Amino acid sequence: MRSSKFFGSGGVSCDDVADALPAIVDGLEVADIEVQRHVAACLRCQAELVQYRKVLRMLHELRTEVLEPTPGLVPDILAALEAAGERRAIHHLLNGRRVAYVGVIAAATAAGAAGAILASRARRRVRLAS
Amino acid sequence: MVIPSEEARLVAAAKAGDAAAFTALVEATQADVYTLAYRLTGNEDDARDVAQEAYLRAFRSLKRFRGDARFSTWMYRITANCASTHLTKRTKGRHDELSDDDTVLDERPESDPESMAEAGALRDKVTAALADLPPILRAVVVLRDVYDLPHDAIATELGITESAAKVRLHRARRKLRERLFPMPGEEKARAV
Repeated sequence: MRSSKFFGSGGVSCDDVADALPAIVDGLEVADIEVQRHVAACLRCQAELVQYRKVLRMLHELRTEVLEPTPGLVPDILAALEAAGERRAIHHLLNGRRVAYVGVIAAATAAGAAGAILASRARRRVRLAS
Repeated sequence: MVIPSEEARLVAAAKAGDAAAFTALVEATQADVYTLAYRLTGNEDDARDVAQEAYLRAFRSLKRFRGDARFSTWMYRITANCASTHLTKRTKGRHDELSDDDTVLDERPESDPESMAEAGALRDKVTAALADLPPILRAVVVLRDVYDLPHDAIATELGITESAAKVRLHRARRKLRERLFPMPGEEKARAV
């Protein structure tokens, strides 16, 4: 809860500025001119902006910190990759076999159909000749 | 950390099917990926699961990696996405109960023990404050303010809109500021 109710020349309150500060602290968003005027005149809001900048700096500094994982992470990752690679290989193999089976069945069906057509034509020719 | 030209060579080799090159990329980036996973999940077991899943996804989609960004940056995005999925799947609440035991190891060599202790204490404070944030706020502030990912990338990897990402970021910054540097009157309000 904020106790300060200072209003700058533009009628912007400390509460309004408090809502704007987290957005403008990194400089990517520009504050309204009224917010800027308020901050320039309000010590409390200036102090709060400084605190936001400190937080941002502390967060940036975390970037250089690298945590050392407990031993075994790399072997675990490589084992998972290998298992996934094997699963994929098996999947490909099964898919390949499935395609081969379908191909054989299709070829056999086509051959059967062609044979039946040829046989019926041959029978028709024999009937016509007789 | 691997130098960019060497990283590009390893990526090209891995894309061509060189398993040893991918292994070298894993070895070069695993600590960074684990660190990000830990910061996003808040505990070691989840961080290991997320890191493992991130490398699996990277391996599967390596051919789609165009090399516009560093491999490590690409890994951060995948890790963020995996952590988001992981946290969504998990039962709600466990992350909110993180304690102050989540201290981090300081691997940086420092010469001055006093400044090291001071810097370490500050890092512990900010790490504990981050761990206390709700996961949805923590993810955005870690990706933006620690890892410097752009808003659009954060939104994409977390499956939210860019404006939602910004709103969460501002809320997270405010909560961290209130926790780390309470203004007069805020401490009393927090205690009530």
